[in-house]
Amino acid sequence: MSQASQDTAIRTGRVARTLIYLVLLLFALFYLLPLYVMLVNSVKPLEEITGGGMMNLPQVFTLEPWFKAWSSAQIGVDPTGLKPYFWNSIKMVVPAVIVSTVLGALNGYVLTKWRFKYDTILFGLMLFACFIPFQIVLIPMARMLGIIGLAGTTWGLALVHVVYGIGFTTLYFRNYYAVFPTELIRAAQIDGAGFFQIFWRILLPSSGPIAVVSIIWQFTNIWNDFLFGASFADANSQPMTVALNNLVQSSTGVKEYNVHFAGAILAAMPTLLVYIVAGRYFVRGLMAGSVKG
Amino acid sequence: MGFLDIDNATKSYGSVEVLHKVDISVQEGEFLVLVGPSGCGKSTLLNMIAGLEEITSGEIRIKDQVMNGVHPSNRNIAMVFQSYALYPNMTVGQNITFGLEMHGVPKPEREKAMAEVAKLLQIEQLLDRKPGQLSGGQRQRVAMGRALVREPDVFLFDEPLSNLDAKLRVDMRTEIKKLHQNLGTTIVYVTHDQIEAMTLSSRIAVMNGGYVQQLGTPQEIYDTPANIFVATFMGSPAMNVLPAKVVMLNGRPHAEVALFDGSMAQLPFSQDNLSHWDGRDILLGIRPETITDMDGADRKSSNIATMTNRIVVTEPAGSDTFVSMQLGGRDVIARMRSDAEVAPGQDFTFAVNMEKAVAFDPETENRIQG
Repeated sequence: MSQASQDTAIRTGRVARTLIYLVLLLFALFYLLPLYVMLVNSVKPLEEITGGGMMNLPQVFTLEPWFKAWSSAQIGVDPTGLKPYFWNSIKMVVPAVIVSTVLGALNGYVLTKWRFKYDTILFGLMLFACFIPFQIVLIPMARMLGIIGLAGTTWGLALVHVVYGIGFTTLYFRNYYAVFPTELIRAAQIDGAGFFQIFWRILLPSSGPIAVVSIIWQFTNIWNDFLFGASFADANSQPMTVALNNLVQSSTGVKEYNVHFAGAILAAMPTLLVYIVAGRYFVRGLMAGSVKG
Repeated sequence: MGFLDIDNATKSYGSVEVLHKVDISVQEGEFLVLVGPSGCGKSTLLNMIAGLEEITSGEIRIKDQVMNGVHPSNRNIAMVFQSYALYPNMTVGQNITFGLEMHGVPKPEREKAMAEVAKLLQIEQLLDRKPGQLSGGQRQRVAMGRALVREPDVFLFDEPLSNLDAKLRVDMRTEIKKLHQNLGTTIVYVTHDQIEAMTLSSRIAVMNGGYVQQLGTPQEIYDTPANIFVATFMGSPAMNVLPAKVVMLNGRPHAEVALFDGSMAQLPFSQDNLSHWDGRDILLGIRPETITDMDGADRKSSNIATMTNRIVVTEPAGSDTFVSMQLGGRDVIARMRSDAEVAPGQDFTFAVNMEKAVAFDPETENRIQG
């Protein structure tokens, strides 16, 4: 009797599990559908799309839309493709991510290990930066960029993103370092290491997981930003997102949907890559063994 | 003038004073243990010696050099932390030599010093490993190696054994003591464990509430505690403290205590000066091991008193048997030989070594000087 009921119990478990997987699979398909549409249509000739059947697999496979989106599509007035704007984005994102992450780490280090009077208030104010809507800072920021002579440049855009990102990166690193054993800092002080030596030799090597979090967050946000790019960049410093918009909005000639799809994937590619590559380093336990066992 | 002088050192956080005028002078080669319950200020005092916390007033001197305001790395001290504080990203070897590197010692010398320390602590085979791959005892050794390699004037230990399991703790305790005997270094050691304090130290400072309650050799602390706090904090099981009254019998002061049934027993004091307390209430301090059966009484003692009292509970602990009884209205523990023939409910004749008994003023809780 007990034997039988046990069997039934297992069978019910299997049924339930199959159901769960089925539902999950359905959701996954649902979420992946837009990507499927984009991918499939980006490798079709335009006639296949305009002829209907968005969901169909391509009858003629072509990479032409990709090449066109990258190097020869009409963006605004010039037929340059997305290429120069891709480099604009890189030139903006890389320094902005590095600088904001390093500054966030330094802030976190100071706010947790070199405490001073009113440091919590200062941190609270920095946290405030995370909640200020983009729109509010547009006009003062434009004025500031004008004053320091960086208006309409990639560097100016990078600066804006650094300023805006410090609130987040500081929050990440402060919370991470808050649980970092202070005894390690004290041991290093007694060993004779200075402020930056402790930061560089003790703290940073143990900051892998949070640095990855900060980099992914900053990279995604800055790469995907449209508002700051559209507001503060001129024609030569526009980032990828603004260029993609211009590509899709171009009113001359026919709407080349396949090129638009390819361009959109190109614009989304770097953030996807960052997730795939850096996500693997999302490891915990780097601190294992430093404190007690 | 000692090797390490703590001179009227005070520590306040805002308006709260957590350490009150601490005065300790440590001689070269001495092993000073700061012991007390958590929050007594012992770790704060250690951090002040290390320079990790500022001194609010007073002075700390090492080798007659005033250390107030001197950076920790320039005090020529080394510290072993409770959590060991090994740098997780460096190998054992790098951990040990990090301090030398920071002080600009050239690499060949660093390697040589590291090899010597590794040999001394028998951690040569661990030098290339990361702290995460070590056991608790091994980490402890590495932490000591990191301290030793700098050849400091003063070693500071902050509860170094409290993260180890019981057996390893005893082993490492012996090892630290050996190390101290062989190297003759000056050590200041913080612990809350009174057994560690007793076994390791050449002198103990018992601290409570930011005050040094008593400073003395382990024997002094144990036999002549300054007050009830020291008496009950040091020793396990704790000293029995019970109300008694001083009465004069045959010209000699006795402690009159109530037995289980309310009848009185008179136990003669060895200290004559308690005559001044004739007729007054005191608190009587008797260590558990000084209450025994007749056969187990200390033969060298000149003052063994007897009393018959009812046994409430017996707790055989292998090497000893703990016997509890009602005395002076309190639960009192006696520590007997394991083969003492005792049973609960039995009326038993106890031998009390009154030579070791101490009396406390119930008002001030200080020991009445004998």
